[in-house]
Amino acid sequence: MLTSMTFIIALYIFMLAAFTGYVVISRVPSILHTPLMSGSNFIHGIVVVGALTALFSATNVMEQVVGFLGVLLGAGNVMGGYVVTDRMLAMFRPSTKKPAQAATDKKTAS
Amino acid sequence: MTAIEYIVGLSGLLVSALFIYGLKGMSSPVTAVKGIVTAGWGMAFVVAVCFLQAFEVPEDVLPHLPVNLGLAVLALALGGLWAGWRGRTVEMTAMPQMVALYNGMGGGSAAAVAAIALMKHDGGTPLHLGVTVTGALIGCISLTGSLIAWAKLDGRMPNPIRFSGQKVFNGIVFIVTLALGLMTVVTQVQGTPGGDLFALLFFAGALLFGICMTAPIGGADMPVVISLYNTFTGLAVGLEGYVMSNPALMIAGMVVGAAGTLLTLLMAKAMNRSLSNVLFSNFGATSAQAAA
Repeated sequence: MLTSMTFIIALYIFMLAAFTGYVVISRVPSILHTPLMSGSNFIHGIVVVGALTALFSATNVMEQVVGFLGVLLGAGNVMGGYVVTDRMLAMFRPSTKKPAQAATDKKTAS
Repeated sequence: MTAIEYIVGLSGLLVSALFIYGLKGMSSPVTAVKGIVTAGWGMAFVVAVCFLQAFEVPEDVLPHLPVNLGLAVLALALGGLWAGWRGRTVEMTAMPQMVALYNGMGGGSAAAVAAIALMKHDGGTPLHLGVTVTGALIGCISLTGSLIAWAKLDGRMPNPIRFSGQKVFNGIVFIVTLALGLMTVVTQVQGTPGGDLFALLFFAGALLFGICMTAPIGGADMPVVISLYNTFTGLAVGLEGYVMSNPALMIAGMVVGAAGTLLTLLMAKAMNRSLSNVLFSNFGATSAQAAA
């Protein structure tokens, strides 16, 4: 972790990341709008790392409670986001590739 | 920098690259599955590496470390297992509200990170505190707003809540929340006793505003609204990444923020509506009737 990051460097990182996000998503077919929303929902689940770092440094009960809640919610974001995206994208999976997986998905879907 | 700081920092760099690569993959139907799997491995890796930080905590944290570690593992297991089980078992038609629910959880997590940063009272600069409070505001709005969106799509809240003068009411709630946020920053900078009360009221106001903002919007507009809150959570995560000095959070959050903004606008455009039309004019019910 950087200990002496100045605000200006942070702004540079934000600017470059914003452009990256814009370029990666532009010209995406509209059938992928919902899976992409779900996929980006999974990606911002990385907040769980921030919550873990905060919880590790907790020194009293109040901080531990809030940290626990933060990690709990963040973990839900990560797992839920991944599972939902995976199930949405399973519909794009070629059916010959993993027949067992496709069958279970169909069973749960119906 | 110590060895562990290097490992954690480099793992953040690697995971940022994997996320961008995975998101790029997800923007085409052919590579979409590979994209999410790549991002998933990245996430598992960075969460595992994060535990290395437990080896070099400050002196005053050491006595609390076993409890903290136990809580961390418990929270990861409980949250992960519950969300994974719900995500697997819920029927396919219920996917949009599950996205809303999980997104709200992410927003809540970002707000919790901000809350701990404020509770530490380690006297950051006004700028640092301002970013913390802004991230908390966006995260809280995303949390309660997403929960309302989930309730609406899940059929638990069939009718939009509307009353005359609602926009004025919402505006007042927002301005009061902003003022409380400003007071939080001022009291933290000056170290005034009783400043925590402002922080508490600020969080309550931000949570309330999320409810007020979403309640009048009709169920038919919810996909656009969920995408907007997805963007909000991304931005909140990015800002809290700055607060925690963690570039991986900043990059992932801001990439989602930018991609989500574009996605929200695309989705609104696909409905032949502008975003402000969706948010501020209560046409949701009308368009739902037209579609039915």
